[in-house]
Amino acid sequence: MTLIDLANPTRFLALTARVLPWLAAATIILLAIGLYQAAYAPDDYQQGATVKIMFIHVPNAWLSMFVWGVMSIASLGTLVWRHPLADVAAKAAAPIGAAFTFLALLTGSLWGRPMWGTYWEWDARLTSVLILFLMYLGLMALWRAVDDPSRAARAAAVLTLVGAINLPIIKFSVDWWNTLHQPASVMRMGGSALDKSFLIPLLVMAIAFTLLFLTLHLAAMRNEILRRRVRSLQMMQASRIAFPKEMAAGSRDDSASKEAGAA
Amino acid sequence: MSLGPYASFIVTSYAAAALVIVILIGWVMLDYRSQTQRLRELEQRGITRRSGRSATELQ
Repeated sequence: MTLIDLANPTRFLALTARVLPWLAAATIILLAIGLYQAAYAPDDYQQGATVKIMFIHVPNAWLSMFVWGVMSIASLGTLVWRHPLADVAAKAAAPIGAAFTFLALLTGSLWGRPMWGTYWEWDARLTSVLILFLMYLGLMALWRAVDDPSRAARAAAVLTLVGAINLPIIKFSVDWWNTLHQPASVMRMGGSALDKSFLIPLLVMAIAFTLLFLTLHLAAMRNEILRRRVRSLQMMQASRIAFPKEMAAGSRDDSASKEAGAA
Repeated sequence: MSLGPYASFIVTSYAAAALVIVILIGWVMLDYRSQTQRLRELEQRGITRRSGRSATELQ
């Protein structure tokens, strides 16, 4: 099945109905394994048991950027390829991305207090992630402010692509500026700096959270398609009330042409 | 499993993550129920898609 095949919302809904239960089951299993491994991971020699916050903070931080990346690709789909489901994907991802970014900020803050002695510091990494969170909220507000989904989609796509500039700034902020936040320790040149006893639970949690995002995203896309069907049926109902004669004539023409076609 | 002197920070982190995820799942499920219910109400009033197929049809 290609992307073009999925341009048909009904076909996409059928695929979603088949895939969602499996994705949800895989998410639950991996989350259970990840949480078990995180609970029994050893204490860090410097941070003690607070290192357990890493297993929840890092997957959320990764996803905060990954979701914006997904929205950026979807925005290209809206502006360049005009794929009918691209703006549905972008709109559905925004609240989920905002939730992951909020959790990255909150758990980072709760990890920072015992380790750095402060909940918050206006350094490059923390500030750029806060800007990402505000951009998610801005996008959600934009979607709600414009009534026509196709007009909102184009404006949101432009804003998303402009906002994507923030992603490399977040990633490399710890290298470009002096920050309180530690530099990259998992994805870096020369391999991970983490011991296997921390790295394996972290990767399991990261995969589990990614599956959680995919599950929620597909479900939210399904809801958005249904919301648009509600909107088009409501518009059809409104036009029937406003122009009853024209609609009746239109339906007579339709049935006449169907009969002609059948003949 | 001992969480040491900073147990409250660790427990709050996990509890907050669990709460936000439960809210997300609840929002998605309630939204689905609300949209399918609105579609059924519209169809019961005789407002149907041009194709004639049910709007809540997933297969």
